Amino acid sequence: MCKEIIRITDLRREFMVGDEKVKALRGVSFTINEGEFVTIMGTSGSGKSTLLNILGCLDTPTSGDYYLDGENVRDMSKNRRALTRNRKIGFVFQNYNLLPKTTAVENVELPLLYNPSVDAVERRRRAMAALKAVGLESRVGHRSNQMSGGQQQRVAIARALVNDPVIILADEATGNLDTRTSFSILMLFQELHARGRTIIFVTHNPELSAYSSRNIVLRDGRMVSDTVNLSPASAKEIFMNLPDDND
Amino acid sequence: MRIANLLKIAFKALNNNKLRCFLTMLGIIIGVASVITMLAIGQGSKDSISAQISEMGSNMIMIHPGSMQRGGVRQSADDMQTLTVADYESLRQIAGVAAVSPSVNSGGQFVNGNNNYPSTVYGITPEYLDIRKFSVREGAMFTDHDIKSAAKVCVLGKTVADNLFPDGTDPVGRVIRFGKIPMTVVGLLESKGTNSMGQDQDDVVLAPYTTVMKRILAIDYVQGIFASAVDESQTDDVIGAITETLRSRHRLRDDADNDFEIRSQQELSEMMNSTSDMMTVLLACIAGISLLVGGIGIMNIMYVSVTERTREIGLRMSIGARGVDILSQFLIEAVIISVSGGVIGVIVGVVATWVVNYVAHWPVNIQLYAVALSFAVCTVTGVFFGWYPARKAAGLDPIEAIRYE
Repeated sequence: MCKEIIRITDLRREFMVGDEKVKALRGVSFTINEGEFVTIMGTSGSGKSTLLNILGCLDTPTSGDYYLDGENVRDMSKNRRALTRNRKIGFVFQNYNLLPKTTAVENVELPLLYNPSVDAVERRRRAMAALKAVGLESRVGHRSNQMSGGQQQRVAIARALVNDPVIILADEATGNLDTRTSFSILMLFQELHARGRTIIFVTHNPELSAYSSRNIVLRDGRMVSDTVNLSPASAKEIFMNLPDDND
Repeated sequence: MRIANLLKIAFKALNNNKLRCFLTMLGIIIGVASVITMLAIGQGSKDSISAQISEMGSNMIMIHPGSMQRGGVRQSADDMQTLTVADYESLRQIAGVAAVSPSVNSGGQFVNGNNNYPSTVYGITPEYLDIRKFSVREGAMFTDHDIKSAAKVCVLGKTVADNLFPDGTDPVGRVIRFGKIPMTVVGLLESKGTNSMGQDQDDVVLAPYTTVMKRILAIDYVQGIFASAVDESQTDDVIGAITETLRSRHRLRDDADNDFEIRSQQELSEMMNSTSDMMTVLLACIAGISLLVGGIGIMNIMYVSVTERTREIGLRMSIGARGVDILSQFLIEAVIISVSGGVIGVIVGVVATWVVNYVAHWPVNIQLYAVALSFAVCTVTGVFFGWYPARKAAGLDPIEAIRYE
């Protein structure tokens, strides 16, 4: 029943900065199964960004294997990785990265524009469904500059969902938001998790580990802990108990 | 990646930057429009020059008395009497001569009742009509019989007829006076308007040369001979033959100068055409440079746009755009700008040409090749100048691009 989504073994990544060799990842191994909500934590320089880039097929490891949904990413060409990103991965960024002056639904449609097998009608239908899933069905026609940070991040999450990816990669997805909005986004991630989505949430904020089902901590390019959280805290409860904005 | 999707993406990106997009287009618009307008003006003036020359008779050869010294004193051409009726008759025998006519003229006052008008009577033969491309609109040309008998008949140009018969009566058959000599109007000439020198070509009265020589001027020589070659290409040969004939008739020694001058319209038309060709090339160069500047404008804007949209490019890559998708997008954007700029430029160019024609009354002729050429050039410009920025965009590292501030 537990399908393996991600398996990395002895992942290493080295950069050349000037003449110096920087080892960002020094042998990381783990497996993530379908339906897990994993937080990857670490201070800056711990290698979590590098790991995220590799998991997101934006970068390739120097050595070690990375299997995504049964395929070895290391052997993939650049175009093949682009295709994999398009079909299997949904990114959520700290600064939303929505296209300016573009409506919510057009932003959500964007990944499907790069998928020739989806026609215009299907594209619009799936984008509307994704926006509904993040609770923004009333804002489909709003442009990105007419929306609050929380709404923009919801659009970004809808964009990540629209291609029905095997995994959602969130990079500090609540980093730019205030506490209340952060919890509402976190709540959304928990809802998606409850509906069976596999989510990897990269953050430097240790508090967030309480809301995930599993927490991996990186330090200096190595994994220092990997704990399963059997009873994650509910972001919804916290959110409900927070004072309203309009006081 | 579907082409339709690429177009959609590119159009959206351009739509988000309408003003900039338009300003970039402006370079191309001005370039294309100026190429079309300049070439239209150049070609138009060339056309009008050649039309005017052919109106005057492009095969026309003019022979005038020339360069003669009498006792070391160079004579004015009017006083010279080197051309005779016999010369004229000898020229009729030359092969390649289509028509030939002597020419004598006299200025003076024409009178009809209480209307009078100063004009010039040209003594000629009916062949003169073919040489100068005149035609008779009403009535008929006088005949060879009229020439033999030095009949007092004439054919009026429109200007003269309008002035002598302001009430609109038909002049044909009426008798007018030139000085004291009564002349019967036998025909009216078709109007030709002004020539390229601004002379009114309708301000003429044609009469048999014998009449003008004997009855008006009382001279026994002719003031000039007009001839025309069978076609323009034979003009030079005919000029050579005429020169030979006249030299032998005038018994000129081999080292002596001609005592007559021969000029043809061809020389005039060549000179005027080379001038207008030079102007056209000059105008086209200026217009071409503005098109080039427009192209560099595209490159500049696309280059800035790539830098400015680095994050967007990173995002597109992270959600699955391949390098070739990004390349195509930017290339298509550049081509859309240049092609739509080209289309607008063609329209503006045609309108500007029309305005030039309408306001300044310059002759214009829109060249289809100029439209096609400038349009092709601006499309190529778009691809050429769009390529480098597009390559730069496609070569970006998505990891760096997405975090670009």
